[in-house]
Amino acid sequence: MNQARCGVALFAMDNDQRTIMAIGTKKGLWLAESTDRETWTLNGPHFLNLEVPSVAIDTREGRTRILAGVNDWHWGPTVVYSDDAGATWSEPEQGAIKFPADTDTALARIWHLRPDTAERPGVVWAGCEPISVFRSTDSGESFELNRGLWDHPHRSQWGAGFGGAAVHSIVPNVRDENTIHAAMSTGGVYRSTDGGTSWEPRNKGIRVGFDPDPYPEFGQCVHHITADAQDPNRLYAQNHGGVYRTDNSGDEWISIADGLPADFGFVFLSHPRTGGTVWTIPLQGEGERIPVGGRLSVYRSTDAGNSWREQHNGLPDAEYNVVLRDAAAVDEHPGSVGVYFGTRGGEVFASNDEGAHFATVATRLPDVLSVRAAQFAGAAQ
Amino acid sequence: MTMVTVEVPSVLANALEGQRSLQVPLPEDGTVGSILDALGERYPLFARRVRDERGQVRRYVNIFVGPDNIRRLKGLDSTVSPGQDVLIMQSVAGG
Repeated sequence: MNQARCGVALFAMDNDQRTIMAIGTKKGLWLAESTDRETWTLNGPHFLNLEVPSVAIDTREGRTRILAGVNDWHWGPTVVYSDDAGATWSEPEQGAIKFPADTDTALARIWHLRPDTAERPGVVWAGCEPISVFRSTDSGESFELNRGLWDHPHRSQWGAGFGGAAVHSIVPNVRDENTIHAAMSTGGVYRSTDGGTSWEPRNKGIRVGFDPDPYPEFGQCVHHITADAQDPNRLYAQNHGGVYRTDNSGDEWISIADGLPADFGFVFLSHPRTGGTVWTIPLQGEGERIPVGGRLSVYRSTDAGNSWREQHNGLPDAEYNVVLRDAAAVDEHPGSVGVYFGTRGGEVFASNDEGAHFATVATRLPDVLSVRAAQFAGAAQ
Repeated sequence: MTMVTVEVPSVLANALEGQRSLQVPLPEDGTVGSILDALGERYPLFARRVRDERGQVRRYVNIFVGPDNIRRLKGLDSTVSPGQDVLIMQSVAGG
């Protein structure tokens, strides 16, 4: 086991703070660092030639842990972590995520890593392929399969999206630890209200365009979900055609696509503190999958999706690569929240003013699959 | 005790305390699976690299007994004779 130094991280918002962005790509992980979130230095590649479809940065309880779901084409998927901003990495010898023997299943890819709330500081969630949810209570060093979803009677009817069959979004409720939402492609949104023991589909109002029944109970190809900062019962969904909001924890979804140039896409971000403020990145049509008109823009709403405003300052007028669901993130900067994303063309952008303008962080990286950013205290190591 | 040689590529050496070539006892049934089981008990990371949770050899990993890929023999039930080497290699993958 490669033993990492246990970095004692001070999470403080002071003049010495730096922002670290983890950029997972098709062929490795890069770390970008900035003190002003305008100019960046790149560090990497880490894990060269390995796919990194998921990253997370855990700053709870003073940690500065970067987690990465790394997929080695030859030697399999695993979770690695660094407590010293990427200087060293640790990999649990037995593997952090493994399917139990009785499932006769092998882990294919770790799509999503999600630290839970500050009130549950050791808990980290993982959404995986094949369709599954795993939960860690030791900050991501070992995970346990959620049996409720694994044994769900709908399992045989869930399908695979183009990228595979996986849980790609997990949204723990900040006020009620028994309530969790998970979204999968294809299957749609499922909700547990008993801590993950049982799960029910929650897709009413979300349309499918690839089934004779446009509003099935489940089977939707929801691309991503996120929760509102103020109201945990308000969630947002970017669907495979359709942009939605629920105000009742998924019992019913309503369209909030009016005002957007397209209703296809993968990204949905919510502000960490301000209710009703969200971002999405619309893509042109299912069959084309490019930024609308080739103009790469973020769209921001400050009224829970009732209206949208384009944010394009600093972004290219001609861009033909998509932004994937986990390749976008916000930070929790106490002043002005940062917005970050990368394209499948290997360009990475950052905004230090909630999307009002973007700076280019990197170009010509491999396909960007995952992006996260957070503030660390102290100078670079 | 009859010993067999197991050779691995350099990228696997870190899972075997830096070794690229190991002498291991030939198990009673003489199978590749048993050889990997024995190695895996001592080196769990190595075990996980070569085989998945089901115990199956990963798709892009090839194991040879002498010149023969075990996929064209009896898989993990392929037997190793005294004097034969076991060679583990990565196949073509990635992009």
